[in-house]
Amino acid sequence: MPIQRLKGALRILLFIAVFLGGVWSQSSGVIDDFLFYLPDVQYLIVQHLWLTAVSGGLAILVAIPLGIVLSRPSMARFAETAMQVLNVGTTIPTLAVLALSMSFLGIGTVPAVFGLFVATLLPIARNTYAGLKGVSPALMEAAAGIGMSPAQRLIKVELPNALYVIFAGIRTALTINVGTVPLAFLIGAGGLGELIFTGIDLYDPVMMLAGAIPTALLAIVVDALVSTTAFVVVPRGVNPSRA
Amino acid sequence: MIRLDNLTKVFDTPKGAVTAADHITMEVPSGEICILLGPSGCGKTTTLKMVNRIIRPTSGKVFINDEDTTGLDTQDLRRSIGYVIQQIGLFPNMTIEENITVVPRLLGWDKARYQERARELMRMIALEPDAFLKRYPSELSGGQQQRIGVARALAADPPVMLMDEPFGAIDPINRAVIQDEFLKMQQALNKTIMFVSHDIDEAIKMGDRVAVFREGRLVQYSTPDDLLAAPRNAFVESFLGEDRALKRLNLVKVREVVSDEIGTVRPGDTLEQALARIDDFGYQNSILMVNDRRQPVGLITRALARTTKGYCRDHFQNVPATVALDDDLRKVASLMFAQDTTWLPCVDEEGRVCGQITQRAMTHHLGSRFRPTQEDDAPPPDAATRE
Repeated sequence: MPIQRLKGALRILLFIAVFLGGVWSQSSGVIDDFLFYLPDVQYLIVQHLWLTAVSGGLAILVAIPLGIVLSRPSMARFAETAMQVLNVGTTIPTLAVLALSMSFLGIGTVPAVFGLFVATLLPIARNTYAGLKGVSPALMEAAAGIGMSPAQRLIKVELPNALYVIFAGIRTALTINVGTVPLAFLIGAGGLGELIFTGIDLYDPVMMLAGAIPTALLAIVVDALVSTTAFVVVPRGVNPSRA
Repeated sequence: MIRLDNLTKVFDTPKGAVTAADHITMEVPSGEICILLGPSGCGKTTTLKMVNRIIRPTSGKVFINDEDTTGLDTQDLRRSIGYVIQQIGLFPNMTIEENITVVPRLLGWDKARYQERARELMRMIALEPDAFLKRYPSELSGGQQQRIGVARALAADPPVMLMDEPFGAIDPINRAVIQDEFLKMQQALNKTIMFVSHDIDEAIKMGDRVAVFREGRLVQYSTPDDLLAAPRNAFVESFLGEDRALKRLNLVKVREVVSDEIGTVRPGDTLEQALARIDDFGYQNSILMVNDRRQPVGLITRALARTTKGYCRDHFQNVPATVALDDDLRKVASLMFAQDTTWLPCVDEEGRVCGQITQRAMTHHLGSRFRPTQEDDAPPPDAATRE
């Protein structure tokens, strides 16, 4: 098969490239340059993750109940308007949200957490609402018809069936959150943005990459963590990845 | 027993008020299946769903076993009524066992009890408990899913069941199988069942009584046989279809039409004797030959008996078919058409001849029950006694 032969050749080329890259970075001393930033990176990663955890956690705690409330039949009149507001909110660039929150809350961790919280809130609330609204009316009728109370319907039928969509929202939101935290540096909240933006200002690519590469890795790890959680938590019958 | 007393539902729509159910008064006796039948939009589903308050009645009352349900808590009411819907509505996030035991768990049964109940129900619907209980609904076929849907409705052993076109989404072959299974179960369970259908054949097959709806009104409420024999008005008549006399064939058993007078000959008789008997009984074509245990073994035709000499045992033809006492007339008619004959011998459980059924007797039986249709909406004279 020509395609397999091509794949094999590419694999060998990739291996050679990695090897040459390693040789180059060793001989040019780049590795040592990176290692110089290791203590900074360790400290800033903790700060970075802390910002993500607080803002993301708050967002989850607020957004899911918000989505649930908006999806109740009694809220149907306001729900569409509220979702439109959320949609408009999503289109505002995160940098602008941070700038706005800075102008109200000043400089430091609090405005940064607030800005990140707002940016993270929207995808989760939207997915929670959409997921719950997407539960088939037949299921709801069956649940009501066999005598479940509204709360039982929500907990036993609606949420489990919407969980996969809700987790998709959390996954998107947290990945964006991790990628956005570097901007928090601009309003004085620290995080890996410190290395990135300082590196840019000083024309120091190694410093910049020492911030950027861990940020990218963090985003990938958080994404994997959330999708693993979803895989475990979402019941098998409604979990497409376990079908 | 389910009794509806002037049950009415008026929907407020942008185009004005629409009366979906207009003063429906009817009673389903305990242990019977009542089919609510009619075209779409006739109010049958609305009426059904008012019983468990999926739709709140505008006015009127629902009595279950003589108890007025108006004062009952909605959740309690619904848990005491089995509910099966067309879309099945199994919870995809739960295993089959969890689905079946939903109501018992809501009612607070202990674990051992509801688990045993799940296995019992699975055996009742003829699905192997060990193979199915731990699976999810998406792993089952449509027919299996609806069996589970019925089992879920039966789980807490409610005296009353509501079924909203339960077998409507199942392919025709499986539907017939599930209908038969369900009827067999019902014989043992004796539930009081309200069952919505738009399929006249299903109504006749499943129903002890049929309620025909049109534009929110109950037009006719009677047994399937009465419905087919005496449709109240032109609407019911057209809804039943032009072949309604043929549909009645399903409802009548051979037992009701059979004539126990049948002439037979023995293998040892001569053809001359056979001819004499054919003439005695006035048969046109042939006479049945039976053995010592009165089991049918052959036919002696008139033409042969007249032209040939000898014994019956040397000159008989095969019996085309026999029917049993519990067969319905539809099968008999089908056999007669297939064999090009106007009569068939009828045998009992041991295969002994116990009579004959003729085309003439069938048409007479069906015809005697048909009365001329009255003017629109004017009930036939005996309507009061039938309802």
